[in-house]
Amino acid sequence: MATRSRTLVVALTALALLVGACGGGAGGGGASTAKTVKIISSLPMTGASRTQTVEIVNSIKMAIDETKITNVTVQFEALDDATAAKGSWDAAQEAENARKAINDKSVVAYIGTYNSGAAKVSIPLLNQAGLVMVSPANTYPGLTKPGKGEANEPGTYYPSGKRNYARVVPADDIQGAVAAQWAKDNGAKRVYIVHDTQLYGKGVADVFRAKAKELGLAEGGYEGADKADNYRALANKIKDSGSDLVFYGGIVDNNPAVLLKDLKAVVPSIQFMGPDGINCSEFLKQAGPAADAKTFSTFGGVPPEKYTGKAAEWLKNYDAKFQNKNPNPYAIYGYEAAKVVLAAINKAGDKADDRATVLANVMGTKDYDGVLGKWSFDANGDTTLTQFSGSVAKGGSWSFVKELSTK
Amino acid sequence: MPCGGARIDLFLAAIVIGITNGAFIALIALGYTLVYGIIELINFSHGDLFMLGTFACLTTLTLLGFATEVGIGGTPWWALLAAMLLAMAFCGTLNVLAERIAYRPLRKAPRLAPLISAIGVSFIYVNLGLLWQGPTPRRFPDLLPQYDFVSQMFGLETLVRFTFKDLFVLGLAIPLMLALAWVIRNTRMGKAMRAVAQDSEMASQMGIDVNRVISFTFLLGGILAGAAGLMYGLYNNNTVFTLGFDAGLKAFTAAVLGGIGNVSGAALGGFVLGLLSAIVITFLGGQWDSVGVFSLLVIILVFKPTGLLGQGASD
Repeated sequence: MATRSRTLVVALTALALLVGACGGGAGGGGASTAKTVKIISSLPMTGASRTQTVEIVNSIKMAIDETKITNVTVQFEALDDATAAKGSWDAAQEAENARKAINDKSVVAYIGTYNSGAAKVSIPLLNQAGLVMVSPANTYPGLTKPGKGEANEPGTYYPSGKRNYARVVPADDIQGAVAAQWAKDNGAKRVYIVHDTQLYGKGVADVFRAKAKELGLAEGGYEGADKADNYRALANKIKDSGSDLVFYGGIVDNNPAVLLKDLKAVVPSIQFMGPDGINCSEFLKQAGPAADAKTFSTFGGVPPEKYTGKAAEWLKNYDAKFQNKNPNPYAIYGYEAAKVVLAAINKAGDKADDRATVLANVMGTKDYDGVLGKWSFDANGDTTLTQFSGSVAKGGSWSFVKELSTK
Repeated sequence: MPCGGARIDLFLAAIVIGITNGAFIALIALGYTLVYGIIELINFSHGDLFMLGTFACLTTLTLLGFATEVGIGGTPWWALLAAMLLAMAFCGTLNVLAERIAYRPLRKAPRLAPLISAIGVSFIYVNLGLLWQGPTPRRFPDLLPQYDFVSQMFGLETLVRFTFKDLFVLGLAIPLMLALAWVIRNTRMGKAMRAVAQDSEMASQMGIDVNRVISFTFLLGGILAGAAGLMYGLYNNNTVFTLGFDAGLKAFTAAVLGGIGNVSGAALGGFVLGLLSAIVITFLGGQWDSVGVFSLLVIILVFKPTGLLGQGASD
């Protein structure tokens, strides 16, 4: 054992020397302005979200590989903000990732997070360090939009007073509302709203609740449910309430698939609807036959089979590289987030390693012609895109139904 | 909105749900209490051992070709039996090994040392689980008949359901608990266990092989965890490598509630916890689940520090 570990140390030292030597050589041999910058992603790579986050990371790698920037080498490191102990994102781990990015001077951009609750932790840290953060997946409105969350939001996340956070996905103030409208269109009369007690889940559930009330839908109940082994007591309560639709605000990690299964056992005819947090293959795999033709989900953008133009081209390249014709909806957002960051680095030119310049360039993105279409970041760092789609469960995968709007 | 009749309906439904959920907790709690009763160690790895039990069943069933759903009437009883026996043997052996490697050398060390090594074993189990079935939750095949006795046999339209799954869980858990009680009360080994629990030094003077008795206790705890693994999987159709933490916490709470070290107490504690949790969720809402359960624990421990059936620390 001792010999083995010594061999390992020797090997590692040799490797380190070799890498160091190569790095030095490249720096000396290249043009005097050659720079190396780093992009870090922080996503939950352990737990139920892993299927999607691996696709996002692949997407980011693909964007970096195919973008050549003169005199700038872009490195990438994917961090995990989930812990094995929790099996889901962890606030302490997310803070550690943010600090790691801040302390590494070559880092100019932070792509993440997946969960809105995690963003709440890292935005203020990165804000004080003046490091730009672009999320491919956060949808909680209060992170950016004044008046859509708590009273002190979003100001509380930006202690420096300057915005450093942008997202390429449309937020839940739209998603929750289109979901309520869709529920009504589907003939729901009485809705039961359940959330997973997290920032994102409760946020989207609250938007749904307000819109449902406005649309005249009766409320069978509203409650937060912690992650549990089974939800039979809750399922019974829902049955007792006489509701014909359950809206679940939350993520797949918190066992909505089990809730759906327990629910279908007592009320087979009930409709089940959820936001982008359940719009993933993982949810359907866990729910099995319980996810029937009355299981719906919403998400920003359109599904892969409806991609056109640049998005279709992206899908072709993605499939060629990763043998996946039907990636989850967030894969393309990961690509777009990385591309926006790369464009900002490119635009910075000689100042590619300057955090403030990259930050200003990302936040100032206007009329960007990307795979999602032509869009801009508004003053809050939100995308100008507002497109949402609805899908239904069909034979173990999500199948596109229609584009959604609140009208 | 719902009238008085519906309330009673809901209440009875909650009772049935609580009893079945309590049976899992009770089986795991027995593992905590058995070990504590003998060597006063809180075996924190026990919840994770249960998680590995669900994995052992899942792997066995997959190997036997039952990874997918089987409809009504197609329940492969022999495969379930094989999975359960294998999981019992697996968890029992693992628990005995853990005791031999991680706890026995520390038996004479200060109390905190084996406690820390138990936490270490727990981490090893969690990572073993992560390696074994991966980081995402796994679907457990739904192999039991979907039969509800209340509506299908008696034709009653109520919220109360007593399904074949409930019967399966109770029909397996209760005999296992009774068998455990019988082993402890009536066998030579059971007598030796009780002797070691009372005074291990004196027991060893009387010619009892203390190490063997302790190994046997860990074996029993592991066997119960393995059985609980199969029941949990078939009942909830879902398992994940982090399952052990929550399950362990609940079971440990149940063991303390019933009086840790007391076998009937652990079983009682499990059922009380399951019932309380179902009633709290039904009448107060899901977010009050843990609050309700732990409030009760605090109240009981304030008035009866030894737990419901505990007898003080003297023995």
